[in-house]
Amino acid sequence: MQFFGGSEISPSPPVPTATGNNAHMMYVFNRNGVCLLYREWNRPLHTLNPQQDHKLMFGLLFSLKSLTAKMDPTNAEKGNLGIPQLPGLGCSFHSFRTNTYKLSFMETPSGIKFILVTNPRTGDLRETLKYIYNLYVEYVAKNPLYTPGTLIRCELFNTALDQYVRSIA
Amino acid sequence: MDTNDSLRVASLWHLMHAISQQLSPTTGCSEIELLEADTFDLHIFQSLTGTKLFVVCEPGTQHMEALLKVIYELYTDYVLNNPFYETKIPIRCELFDINLTQAIQKDRVALLGR
Repeated sequence: MQFFGGSEISPSPPVPTATGNNAHMMYVFNRNGVCLLYREWNRPLHTLNPQQDHKLMFGLLFSLKSLTAKMDPTNAEKGNLGIPQLPGLGCSFHSFRTNTYKLSFMETPSGIKFILVTNPRTGDLRETLKYIYNLYVEYVAKNPLYTPGTLIRCELFNTALDQYVRSIA
Repeated sequence: MDTNDSLRVASLWHLMHAISQQLSPTTGCSEIELLEADTFDLHIFQSLTGTKLFVVCEPGTQHMEALLKVIYELYTDYVLNNPFYETKIPIRCELFDINLTQAIQKDRVALLGR
């Protein structure tokens, strides 16, 4: 995966593959499980309070990655279930789909996890997530006032993100 | 993957299933149907009785839902109708294995033309 591009935002925005409703919500976690960003555009149902929701989401991703690495049919040498997988090591999942939503996931080499929850008919969102990661790099990581590991409070990032997500659906 | 690992994976999956239902943005979420990873896809079929069938295939394979339904029919025919089969034990029915292999071969021929 090409993470280190030029100074402008690259790759260029991918062709929209999603049809139907807008994206539901988006999470960004860092490697320690701290939720850096939670954006909600369309979420009719809230089952848990936000802290529990974030913890549950992070736990789900951790376990799914562990399960995927274990179930990988192409890799002969596997560790036991539950061993934390380093980013990029072992087979990782990139999306799963239920009958009401599709969750797309991307982990960067630095351990930042991007999760986008959309309607189930959405296509492959890997390029979309890569673009969002580049937005993050430009507006958040390069922001001198932002402390890594804390909540993202960059207006420019939020605006750019909203604009982009609205355009993909 | 040995039996112990299968059990661990199965129980982990049950947990994942429950959590994914909790995290759904809308009501009426029933189950995870498809998990896409880098090197494989995992398709899941859940019957009305709660029996789950899992198929691991190459990324992007089409028509897995139909195959899962066919396998479920084979399961009901050869396993559940077998008077010597008790529920909750691993399946050791020869006819089921033979027909399963045949169904997958037929599927492979139909999909790839090989």
